[in-house]
Amino acid sequence: MKHKVATTVNGRRHEHEVEPRLLLVHHLRDNLGLTGTHIGCDTSQCGACTILVDGKAVKSCTMFAVQAEGKSLTTIEGMAKDGQLHPIQQAFWDEHGLQCGYCTPGFIMAAAYLLEQNPNPTEDEIRKGLEGNLCRCTGYVNIIKAVQTAAKTMSTAPARKTTVTAGGN
Amino acid sequence: MAVTQLVGAKIHRREDPRLITGHGHYIDDFTRQGTAYAAFVRSPFAHARIKSIDITDASKAPGVTSVYTARDFKSQLAGTHPAAPAFVAEKKYIPERFPIAEKEVCYQGEIVAAVLAETRGQAVDGANLIQVDYEELPAVMDTEKAMAKGSPLAHEGAADNISWDLTYTGAEVSDAAFKEADVVVKERILQNRLAPIPMEPRGVLAEYETYDKKLTIWMSSQNPHFIRLFVSGAMGLKESQVRVISPDVGGGFGSKISPYPEDYLVPALSRLSERPVKWTETRTESIQNATHGRGQYYDVEVAAKKDGTLLGMRMTQYLDVGAYVGTFSAFQACACLMAGGAYKWKGISARTIGILTNRVPTDPYRGAGRPEATHLVERMVDLVALELKMDPVEIRRKNFIQPKEFPYTQNFGLVIDSGDYEKALEVALKMVGYEDLRKKQAELRKQGRYLGIGFSTWIELCGFGPSAATAPATGGIALVESAQVRVTPTGSVIVYTGTHSHGQGHETTFSQIVADQLGVPYDSVELRHGDTSEGTAFGYGTYGSRSLAVGGVAISMAAGKVIDKGKKLAAHMLEAAEEDVVYENGSFHVKGSPDKAKAFGEVAFASYGMGLPEGMEQGLEAVAYFDPPNLVWPFGTHIAVVEVDAETGAVQLQKYVAVDDCGNIINPMIVDGQIHGGVAQAIGQALYEEVVYDDETGQLKTGTMIDYMVPSMGEIPTLNLDHTITPSPTNDLGVKGIGEAGTIAASAAVINAICDALSPLGIKHVDMPASPDRLWHMMKGAGK
Repeated sequence: MKHKVATTVNGRRHEHEVEPRLLLVHHLRDNLGLTGTHIGCDTSQCGACTILVDGKAVKSCTMFAVQAEGKSLTTIEGMAKDGQLHPIQQAFWDEHGLQCGYCTPGFIMAAAYLLEQNPNPTEDEIRKGLEGNLCRCTGYVNIIKAVQTAAKTMSTAPARKTTVTAGGN
Repeated sequence: MAVTQLVGAKIHRREDPRLITGHGHYIDDFTRQGTAYAAFVRSPFAHARIKSIDITDASKAPGVTSVYTARDFKSQLAGTHPAAPAFVAEKKYIPERFPIAEKEVCYQGEIVAAVLAETRGQAVDGANLIQVDYEELPAVMDTEKAMAKGSPLAHEGAADNISWDLTYTGAEVSDAAFKEADVVVKERILQNRLAPIPMEPRGVLAEYETYDKKLTIWMSSQNPHFIRLFVSGAMGLKESQVRVISPDVGGGFGSKISPYPEDYLVPALSRLSERPVKWTETRTESIQNATHGRGQYYDVEVAAKKDGTLLGMRMTQYLDVGAYVGTFSAFQACACLMAGGAYKWKGISARTIGILTNRVPTDPYRGAGRPEATHLVERMVDLVALELKMDPVEIRRKNFIQPKEFPYTQNFGLVIDSGDYEKALEVALKMVGYEDLRKKQAELRKQGRYLGIGFSTWIELCGFGPSAATAPATGGIALVESAQVRVTPTGSVIVYTGTHSHGQGHETTFSQIVADQLGVPYDSVELRHGDTSEGTAFGYGTYGSRSLAVGGVAISMAAGKVIDKGKKLAAHMLEAAEEDVVYENGSFHVKGSPDKAKAFGEVAFASYGMGLPEGMEQGLEAVAYFDPPNLVWPFGTHIAVVEVDAETGAVQLQKYVAVDDCGNIINPMIVDGQIHGGVAQAIGQALYEEVVYDDETGQLKTGTMIDYMVPSMGEIPTLNLDHTITPSPTNDLGVKGIGEAGTIAASAAVINAICDALSPLGIKHVDMPASPDRLWHMMKGAGK
């Protein structure tokens, strides 16, 4: 028995028929071809699959695809616009906030939500805000720097913050 | 010229734009038209006999196309799992290992059946319907008891559970040192079993083209050429018929070196089913089946004089091999050869024993043998200092191998190429503010608080390695490295290396080297790796901090050959003698006449044209293999400052300082990143991580990330780094390795700090992970 699910992903509307048990992360990867959202565990610990659902950071393995009906989703592929990196992406690049890169999309999406909620977080607030995401390469040192750098950039160029709000363009 | 400044500069990684935008290509992102999905049925028991397998229901399940058991693979796969002799010359017992069990399963997770279906979900559903009738056998879980006569056996029919037992140096080697001793300290030191946990699990996609008899394997691997070698051999194919592509690799840490059962079974399934077949590991499958690291204990004795002079060591490594002998398992015995650390010893007696149990095999995990050696010697040196009431800094200074003594032949005949251990120590002491910390510690102790300062003055051998050492160790193939540099007619450069990055940024650093050496723009250099059908005939992969010190040097040699040919051609074009032509900043010119010059691009273009010097072939490209004359020996000092909570036993890591020396640095940003990650993994070992199996049943109790604690951002403090630079004389770039240094160094610093903190309670040694629970019990029991 398949169910219809209609979503807006990175500003584009999609309609699919899916099995009720299909996880949102598999729907994004297998049906929509958005393979930038990664799977690193089976138990919602690692955060590699973090996306924005109606503007809120959600581990997309914790939702069924059918639960995304009518929702507006932003994945990592929706962050850069017209060839311009999002300030958070730029900051991860500048600060060497990634090595193997597998956890990176999840971190960038979680950071986007954190900075939207708290545009000027302390180091401690960053640590608490992103502790749901795991990285095995960086020791987190440069991820924290990247988020701090992004916060600075975004506070001086507020117009670019719109990229993380629901729906995209 | 800016181009001459690339080496040593912080160049942002060219890998990153695709990775930060979601456009990387990891293994699970690939699929082929008509792909069937595989799921494996795995043993729920640590040790059992397979009595029967009923596939009836599974075969009828929706979407299932076929079900296979061991018998079906007999015609597909030959031979046993490869196990390199490595440093252990004499093998006592290596159990046969077929990729799928037929009669006996020896660890929880061992494959007993495979299901192919149209979707991933249907394959898993089908696998759940397979009924296996097992007869449970006693599981061997305790390495110490496993050595006793009459112990249950990890494999039915084996004589005992000893895989190897090798004495490198007998007691006689350290007898004189122990006779001279004023003090002898003894300790048993545990090395907790760890799961490497790369964030990307493994995966294999294989397509066998029945009519072309060609096999392509996409997989997440640190060394695709070795996989081609092993899988082609097992499948009865020529290496030339097999192509292995390892795309972006989401971390490895050693767990993506060895061939795994699925690496054989998925290609065999493709040949059997005549369809592309894909399998993606779940995290639980990963913790259950990907090789673990460490899993050892050591019995150690150290003899010293009253003044702190170290004299001798006796050590035995007891290594839990697991159910089968990992491909490079015996490499971990290098802990014995490195047990002397940065110090001078009269004699070291060392023995290694590999013990079979019913756990998943252990194999190299970041550092592999060298973290164990560092942890052991740094702990023992602290125990001697404690016994003698010496400052841990003083005992280290007193016993260091001195700068003027390099190259230094250590106790096992290995030649340490260069070092200045005290210099790194002094820099670190300044950074951490040592004297003030000792004062603060004394004050806090008066208040009943436990502050501790821990040192790790670590050394490492890496950059594997010289053919004379590595060819016998692997069973014939020297772990040298190959490179190819190809210059196109318009002067752009394609570089192929046999190493393969899994996060280390080789596309960037190797291009920095080539751009500098050829004097061409960085953007015109392209680095390719990870595909056995591109570049040289064989590549050796990335592990053992070898990529730069071996692979980078090979690249530099190949670039040198390109310049040599370019010089010949430029001399011809300039009508000058070859010996009068020099190459500088991207241009060939006649000595003393810089205006009489040909740019690199002009020479490249001319090399594809006509009128070449007599005997010269067209083209501008070269292959080089680098066989390093020695290993390289990085070193440094790490200092951890901790406070242990008197009420809860929780450890607060307050400060961490690392001063590392990896010789010349190509890209400081990447070097620091490697240290960060390595230190974090070792902090994980010291405080949080441990693979736990049930002692009786052999059930894995830490099979998810809920139970196996990978440190998060909340657990890793800010790491303060600095470097000293002592170039390696082993290679022309003067480089050493840095990929494993942090992991090799850090566990000892953290545990030494905890022991220092708790020394007022009479606690001398703490095992890992130093969890609040473990420390709380020790603190409660102290003095009783």
